[in-house]
Amino acid sequence: MTTEPELKSDYDVAIVGAGPAGLAAAAVTAGCGLSTVLLDENPGAGGQVYRAIETTPVRDPKILDRDYTDGQDLILDLKDTTAQHVRNAVVWSLAQDGEIGVSIDGRAHMLRAKRTILATGAMERPFPIPGWTLPGVMTAGGAQTLLKASGIVPEGRIVMAGCGPLLWLCAYQLLQAGCNVQAILDTTDPAAQRSSIRHAARFATSPYVTKGVKLMAAVRRKIRVITGVTALAAHGDGQLETVTYSAKLGPVDRMTADHLLLHHGVIPNVNLAMSVGISHTWDDLQLCWTPNVDSFGTTSISGIAIAGDGAGIAGALAAQCRGRLAGIAAVRAIESNATGLPDELTVRRDLTHAMRGRRFLDHLYRPSRAFRIPTGDTIVCRCEEITADQIKATVALGVEGPNQMKSFLRCGMGPCQGRLCGTTVTELIADVRGVSPQDVGYYRLRPPVKPITLAELAGLPQTEDATKAVVRL
Amino acid sequence: MFRRLPDKTAAGVVNFTIDGVRHVGRRGDTVAAVLLLSGARATRVSAVTAEPRAPYCMIGVCFECLVTVDGVGNRQGCLIAVANGMRIETQKTRREVGA
Repeated sequence: MTTEPELKSDYDVAIVGAGPAGLAAAAVTAGCGLSTVLLDENPGAGGQVYRAIETTPVRDPKILDRDYTDGQDLILDLKDTTAQHVRNAVVWSLAQDGEIGVSIDGRAHMLRAKRTILATGAMERPFPIPGWTLPGVMTAGGAQTLLKASGIVPEGRIVMAGCGPLLWLCAYQLLQAGCNVQAILDTTDPAAQRSSIRHAARFATSPYVTKGVKLMAAVRRKIRVITGVTALAAHGDGQLETVTYSAKLGPVDRMTADHLLLHHGVIPNVNLAMSVGISHTWDDLQLCWTPNVDSFGTTSISGIAIAGDGAGIAGALAAQCRGRLAGIAAVRAIESNATGLPDELTVRRDLTHAMRGRRFLDHLYRPSRAFRIPTGDTIVCRCEEITADQIKATVALGVEGPNQMKSFLRCGMGPCQGRLCGTTVTELIADVRGVSPQDVGYYRLRPPVKPITLAELAGLPQTEDATKAVVRL
Repeated sequence: MFRRLPDKTAAGVVNFTIDGVRHVGRRGDTVAAVLLLSGARATRVSAVTAEPRAPYCMIGVCFECLVTVDGVGNRQGCLIAVANGMRIETQKTRREVGA
């Protein structure tokens, strides 16, 4: 593997995202001798789950255990191949013919690949509560990223809120790192708990079960866990000072806090996939947009596949398998006589194992309505500072979906390009209209999906025809 | 506030400035990480009502950590590793066209 930043103009395979799916896919395609470029916007490989796996300062296995350090194996698998991992490579466009626009250190490039695999992973679900824009409020995953990448942890009184495996894992890791986690405000919905029970037996065979049970018990011994939380708000003048909450529909309680870490599970990061026109469907269980893919990650656009959590949330172990399957499909499409492919059936067996019990987690940690469909002056669009009531008001004017709504409010048109409001907007409009999120649809996303300067665009090589079209001679 | 855990690795240090004040970081830290560690609660103001904001997601999706790095505005601090001599400036006012 090289980390050479100079790009060629053509590759057999381009992979976007160097997390578990992207790394595993690259090991397959490069392992079979295909020229493979792995583009990732971060300073190092690993994605979010194996964030900074090559450089982390945290070497204490009590804080980051084997589930993290095992990520090194994915990089080892690539070591002896010719794969080119390009760091700080921000992909801002992908065309249906496979042309990719990417910027590295302020310079833009266009490249082409016969096959493209999107492994852009997941992001934490938007958690729109009053005060969620205050400094001092961040996502639990964000705090975990700081821990993994820099060994930096929140100091002072920490309150964590939400539900999902990552919330408990992060609480455990912060405890191990000596942090003062005062409380977990557990928003797990009792109705979701009931509907998850029938999937519990299957979860008992999950690779995650032993660790999960142990970890939750350890957290409960040290941290006050308040269950049945149905309302939550952050307050403060310019920064977080207090958190108010109500549990089991009881009276509002208050606690002082320096940090509020929010988490309601993760959803696919769809911006690049949607911008190229890949078809998506609203997933009523995972409550998010998911691309329509087959078991190799093949999408509705020929030559472009999606692997890992970006193709539907299933976790890091599954992402590796899904990366390998997308890699296998790419190799077969380009080089039908290739040798050195991993055995497909073995990969599928590993995938089935990794997916065991997923339905249980999907049901149990389905966030409740109160935390998905905000009310009143709660901010939905953090960039343009648009509230739930403002969005509802446009529906009363006859707005049917997010795109029409945008032109009234600029909601979703700020720098994050709808990443932190899109899911909420879809559900909010669907709720007011009394239709399904599928019928409401999502923002029409267009490239550039990441910010790019005019200088970067202007610096791209131009054909003579393109120059003639705009220059008067 | 944030603190750094004891670090036994030999990653090396980098020297940079935040709003003109010298700081030292660990090689591999992102701009957003050193901003939080520096004690800054708000690292920019919002574009519409100029309310204080700080890094929120740390993974490149929320764009709350936008800062000026070496003179270029609106860079995503959580995706950029600090480097020796880097000038980080927080965005304290709304930006105007042409400014």
